[in-house]
Amino acid sequence: MLRPDLAIIAAHVARGARVLDIGCGDGQLMAALRDGAGVDARGLEIDPTNVASAVARGLAVVQGDADVDLAGYPDKGFDYAILSQTLQTARAPDQVLDHLLRIGQRAFVSFPNFAHWRVRLSLLWGGRMPVTKLLPEQWYDTPNIHHVTIDDFRAFVRQRRITVEGSWFLSRGRPTSAAAANFRAEHAVFLLRR
Amino acid sequence: MAASVSALSPGDDQRFGLSRHVVLPGPLRLDGGGLLSPVEIGYETYGTLNADGSNAILICHALTGDQHVASRHPRTGKPGWWTRLVGEGRPIDPARHFIIASNVIGSCMGSSGPATIDPSTGEPWGMRFPVITIRDMVRAQAMLLDHLGVGQLKAVVGGSMGGMQAVSWAATFPERVRACVMVASTARHSAQNIAFHEVGRQAIMADPKWRGGAYYESNDPPAAGLAVARMAAHITYLSEAGLTEKFGRRLQARPDRPDGAKSFGFDADFQVESYLRHQGLAFVDRFDANSYLYITRALDYFDLAEEHGGLLANAFRGTKTRFCIVSFDTDWLYPTAESRSVVQALNAAGAAASFVELSSPYGHDAFLLEAPEMNRVIDGFLRAES
Repeated sequence: MLRPDLAIIAAHVARGARVLDIGCGDGQLMAALRDGAGVDARGLEIDPTNVASAVARGLAVVQGDADVDLAGYPDKGFDYAILSQTLQTARAPDQVLDHLLRIGQRAFVSFPNFAHWRVRLSLLWGGRMPVTKLLPEQWYDTPNIHHVTIDDFRAFVRQRRITVEGSWFLSRGRPTSAAAANFRAEHAVFLLRR
Repeated sequence: MAASVSALSPGDDQRFGLSRHVVLPGPLRLDGGGLLSPVEIGYETYGTLNADGSNAILICHALTGDQHVASRHPRTGKPGWWTRLVGEGRPIDPARHFIIASNVIGSCMGSSGPATIDPSTGEPWGMRFPVITIRDMVRAQAMLLDHLGVGQLKAVVGGSMGGMQAVSWAATFPERVRACVMVASTARHSAQNIAFHEVGRQAIMADPKWRGGAYYESNDPPAAGLAVARMAAHITYLSEAGLTEKFGRRLQARPDRPDGAKSFGFDADFQVESYLRHQGLAFVDRFDANSYLYITRALDYFDLAEEHGGLLANAFRGTKTRFCIVSFDTDWLYPTAESRSVVQALNAAGAAASFVELSSPYGHDAFLLEAPEMNRVIDGFLRAES
């Protein structure tokens, strides 16, 4: 079973496409794309244990850091560049997004929404940094260093004149409407093009 | 190319099996401009080439390695040098693969080198043997594959200098290599790499017994010089943490002092000194000093980018070969940054590349030691072929 945001991405990648999965983990999405849609998938992953697992699954995965190693990839070398649950961990998310849209004809970006009502409640009533199922780490050990909301992201792409070709919002793994997404969605997936 | 030999088992054909030796007419055109003829190659094969010839894997050895990758060494009696990766139930398995391992030219285990006979004089080549390159070694291996009837390799696999041969294979004969595994290696020798080798070469050439390389007749080789060369090089194969853990500042045990004592002289007081001296002495029994000069020279000349207009990505332009690069975090001989630059070049060329830096306390030598993660990665990579 793919994570819900990955399932959305997998459902919308064209058969036989060339894909770069940035922050690919142990290659779950890549394997699904390869096996299910004949996709030529490449990956970039920072954690060596994950890389070893992915390569052992027969996937072409390179150990590296999205903040550093994307510069070496050629322009438009891929049909899609995918960044799932990694944007909020990047040191320079804006530059990572620039690379994504340079390397891929299109880019999928998924991230947890830090304006979800449960996060808001936690901060408003508890006065504590939220620790939820989706954001399980404490403030001192979270890899999420750039907290972003859906409305933040919408403003960002508008300002950068990036075209949004599709967007999907998830609450407890189920689709939720775009209208109240910034309040109700735990997760967002955007399909972008420059 | 030789006729297909696919249906034959190793026993039927003298070309296959352990401790093989072949004299190919050549000539082999060398990067240095000369021609080598004939071309002698010592090699071994394991397993059987399948009917469609799709299961051949070439293993390339390191500086002082040889063709005995998974068989007992004839001089030392030790097991093969890569039995952790190659053998029954291993990622490279003679039950599934047709495995070829050959001694590089310039070496001294049956392939053409300074100790073999120059047919024009009837005497050992000595220093008249032409200076060779990594690519020359690869071209000689290609001649061997022609002789064996192997058109395309499922994979070429090597660590250290073997890894250089592996990438050189992929760059020189892209259509003959479906997959390339480069472990603990580099696409070019750094100034520091060259510097250490020069220390070794000078140690050999400073030994009065070296005599310009003409020591074969007297059978009195420059053992002291070669041993020092080996000692210096051996340090680069280990890590500081590994040395500290293994030896620390511990002293050698003596008959009267089991926990050791300083001699206030220049005996091997420290265990690490004794260990290095042993490594040096054991080495001279199995290796030729002139070969050491020639092979270190080939390593120092290695710069894959230079062979391709100064841009490493050009070496891989349009390649269909899949690559798997593995480095170790404590390897300071060929550090991870060197592997990473190969990966960047592969990405720039759009090649299918995998890369992982594994953790090990053992430095450069890690690739020869028990490394379960390396085996897992290489096994998965080799099985992935569609």
